Parts: sequence; structure tokens; C-alpha cells
Amino acid sequence: MDSSGVGIVAPQDITFAGAGEDPLLLESGRRFGPITVRYETYGSLNADRTNAVLILHAFSGDAHAAGFHQQTDRRPGWWDTMIGPARPFDTNRYYVICSNVLGGCRGTTGPGSLDPATGRPYGLSFPVITIEDMVNVQHRLVRHLGIDRLLAVAGGSMGGMQALQWTISYPDAVAGAIVLASTARLSAQGIAFNAVGRNAIMSDAGWNNGDYYGKEPPARGLAIARMIGHITYLSDASMHTKFGRRLQEREQFGFDFSDQFEVESYLEYQGGTFVDRFDANTYIYLSKAIDYFDLGGKYGSLERAFEKTKSKFLVVSYSSDWLYPSYQGKEIVVALMRRRKDVSYTELDCPYGHDSFLLETERQGALIGSFLHTVLETVRRDG
Amino acid sequence: MDRGPHRFSYDQIIGLIEPRSTVLDLGCGDGELLHQLMVTRDIRGRGVEIEEAKIRECLAKGISVFQGDLDEGLKEYATGSYDYVILNETLQALHQPVMLLREMVRVGRRAIVNFPNFGYLINRAQLLLLGRMPVNRDLPYEWYDTPNIHFCTRRDFVDLCSRLDIPVLRTIDLRHERHVPPRYANLFATECCFLLQGVDGRKSV
Repeated sequence: MDSSGVGIVAPQDITFAGAGEDPLLLESGRRFGPITVRYETYGSLNADRTNAVLILHAFSGDAHAAGFHQQTDRRPGWWDTMIGPARPFDTNRYYVICSNVLGGCRGTTGPGSLDPATGRPYGLSFPVITIEDMVNVQHRLVRHLGIDRLLAVAGGSMGGMQALQWTISYPDAVAGAIVLASTARLSAQGIAFNAVGRNAIMSDAGWNNGDYYGKEPPARGLAIARMIGHITYLSDASMHTKFGRRLQEREQFGFDFSDQFEVESYLEYQGGTFVDRFDANTYIYLSKAIDYFDLGGKYGSLERAFEKTKSKFLVVSYSSDWLYPSYQGKEIVVALMRRRKDVSYTELDCPYGHDSFLLETERQGALIGSFLHTVLETVRRDG
Repeated sequence: MDRGPHRFSYDQIIGLIEPRSTVLDLGCGDGELLHQLMVTRDIRGRGVEIEEAKIRECLAKGISVFQGDLDEGLKEYATGSYDYVILNETLQALHQPVMLLREMVRVGRRAIVNFPNFGYLINRAQLLLLGRMPVNRDLPYEWYDTPNIHFCTRRDFVDLCSRLDIPVLRTIDLRHERHVPPRYANLFATECCFLLQGVDGRKSV
């Protein structure tokens, strides 16, 4: 275990919108509850409650952003390189929160959770949710933790979408927003890849219209969906460097179908391990939430979407990211600039594709560390 | 643009800026000028810079910055959206200086441009007597590795402003930090700084 990080951490749960409480009004118009939220926190909240940073995970992430659950854990949380003492999200200075999103399968209520009304898992009776719904749930969590205003929200990819939505939905509750490898609207290309992923799951006989809990799950379909997703997170250059055309177990072609290139075996492995920790229905619900995300469409124009935001923004894109290409980050920035919002933008020249925001920690970390520091100074000065 | 040890004194530029105004610094480098303006003039400013390393330095100073290429113009910026648009030591490195000048006086109510004066006596002498492109403390690069691709003399720039119908409000001409009277500036100034009239007060906009 790496001792320089946040160390052993314990996930926590909070439940709200239960019987007799306000249900959550979803963007679809449906009312929904109860909702349990799984979250973790690192560092400590200061006396005036001004140092809280909410980390927003991407599609396949969870609340476990940093540290280890047990001494014996082989791997730390998904953004451990960025969160900890003297790391960019410095837990000596900031109180860092990360929660699993609504619709998730890692502790927060999602399609695999039990519906108290029936005593059975929701499956497809779980309501269709959006990025805004996720943010509304996070807002309730933040209020529960006694925080009126976050120092910052930060996330990559789907997490970046949530960060943008936070600044729009709760302009007074977010001093700074860090948006990495993200977009204000999913492109047709992005929707297309999501559709293929959903198709892979839905055409697995095990899926059974989402009703497979306690039975054989659609593991093959989910694994294929993950493989497709994973390809979109990498880049031509990173795949070439990582795998080239090497064969997995042979030097020469055997000219039979047992030949396997390293990249194939990698995808198989990624797909195989994914099914152990992810729920196929969550894949369907979250990918749909991403598909629906279009701030310009929802608010009339992207500029209008940002009209009421009061946050300071840091937008970062990555040169090799072809899933959420740089021009999409720039669109966010231009709309903000036109509304005279305070925004910084940079495109990091980085070979790892969309995954760069998880891998390029040093340069990205320097930007984020400086940005957080500036926001903290501003909050202290201007209140 | 880093042109070596000597640079146009920031104090001269700072002296042109009204307190509490808004400033856009094009090619802002490490953000030092904006930082000084924030401290001494309480301005609200942002920078545009192309190099990632410089952008990191700007953010470390708490300065908002956009990574962008000035040769693509300022189309993201609304007309009259800044009190001042500054182009500090960068004019000579642009592919399309005329386009950017037009953009600057569109976006800014005032524009500030400074550049090394190619017409300076020593530059002329080096070309005339040695028959070589000038290389000296003010123009430290060899012709083949210079980022400076569009040199002009002070007189050239005055001509250009008049051709573009951009009123010149003030000039500061320096020879190694000392003021040179405008009359002799084309020959004796190493650095020239122009305060130009932007959108307000211009007839055609």
C-alpha cells in the first residue's frame, strides 16, 4: 500500500427522499425515492466550511476516488494520483468528496437496487435519469454534509458534464469548476458508440429485458460493450505504443484463429474484469444519460446555458482525445468568454486519448493545483 | 514573446492603463504584465497564450488564460468587450499582423502595441556597413532562427495605422529605457509603444 496518499478510507452511505420525505423530482417529470448515496471523503472540512471540493466520476467510476479500503487492496481509488496530501487535490488543504452517481451500481441507488415497493430489483422500472438528476442528488449530499458552497467541482468526461451542470443548476454553490476531457453536448459519434454498447448488452440473451438479477447476467454483452468503450478511450498512438502488432503467445502467425494479438487479449481482459464490478443495466442508464446531455439544446444556446453561472472555470482538453475532441472543450470556453465568465483553457499535448485525464497527472495536476489555490484565494478575499 | 534579456519596460505600459479597467493581453507569456496590472491598477484581465508551459505559469499567478493562436484572430471576443487590448512584443512574430491589429481595435476601446524598431540606428548601420541582418542586444536572433518574421520601423507602423484609419493617441519611444522625442524616434528608439484608438470614437464601427 502506498503510504503517501490518503491511506485507508471507509465509504459511507446516506439515504434520503424516503417514505414521508420529499422525493427527488427528475428531469423526466417523475418523482423518485428513496435514494441511497455512497460517498467517500478525504481531508477535513475547515471551520468556515469553504474548502470542500466535489469530485465527479466518469462513466465507469465510483465513489472510491482515493486511498485503499483495506491494507490488502492491490489498487487504490481511481484518481489516487490526483488526491492526497501534497497532491493536486491536496487533502491537507481541501475537504475532498466523491460520490457514486444516481443510476450507478457501486453503492448509490440504481437499476440493480431493490425497489422498496416490490422488494425486487428495479431493472427497467428504474426511471430514466439525466446528468442534471445526478447533480441534484449530489447537491442533496453536499447539503447533508453541511456545505452551502463548494470551493470547486471537478470531473473528467461524464464528470465534466456534471461539473458544467453544477455551475448552471447551483450557481451560488460552486466557486470553481474544473472540466476535463468533456463536452457541453455528446456528439453523434459519441451517441453511436453508446448505442453499439447498449446493443451488445441487449442482444445478450441473458439481459432478459433488464430482469436478470439473481440469474445469469448478460456478461458477454457487457464485456463487448466495455471493449468498444475502451477503444474509444485510447488513441491510435497509445495503442501502437502499448501493443503494436505483437502476438500474445507466439512469435509467428499460426494461421489459425487461436492467434491472438496483444491488443485483443487486453480488450478481453478489460471486458472480463469489468463484468465483475459493473451492472449491465447501469451501463444502459448512464450511457443514455450521457446521450441526452446537450446544454445548448436544453437552454436555447450554450451561451444562454451559462448566463447565470458565477463560477470560475478551468477547461482542459487533450490533443489525442478523439471521443471528446478539443474543439468541444473550446466551444464551452468560447460560450463562457462571450458571457464574460472567468475561464481558463488549455489543450494538453498528450498521447493517451480520452483516458488522458486519468493518466496525465503531472501537467494536469499543476494546472489544477494552481486553479484551486486561486479559487481559494478569491473566496477568502471576496467571500 | 521572449526576445532575450531586454524587454519593453512594463512600467511604461502600466502607465497607459486606467485603474479598474478590463485588459486582454495577447501573447501574455508567463502573465507577469497582467499580474503587475492587477496589483498596481486593480484591473480585471485575462491572457491569450499559445505555449502550455507559459499557461501553467499564468495559472500559478492566478491569471485566467486561454490557449489560442493569435493568427486565428479574436473572433471569440465581442466588439468593445475590453477597455484595453495589449500586444506586447508580439506584433513582429505574427503571420497576419494587419488582421490582428484590426481585431484589436475592434475588441478593445483602446489598443496598446509595442515592438522593436527595426529602423534604429544600429540596425541600419549593421545592414549598411556589414551587409548583414542586424543581430544585437535588441534583436538577439540570427535570421534563420528568429521567431520574428514581420519586422517594421516606427515609420512603417505609423503609415500602417494611417492606412488602416486607426488613430494614434499616444506614443512612447525608448532607447534602452530612456525616452526619445517622437521626431527622432525612428532613428534613435529601440522600442516603440503605441496607444491606439479602439472601437469607441471611431466613425465606421
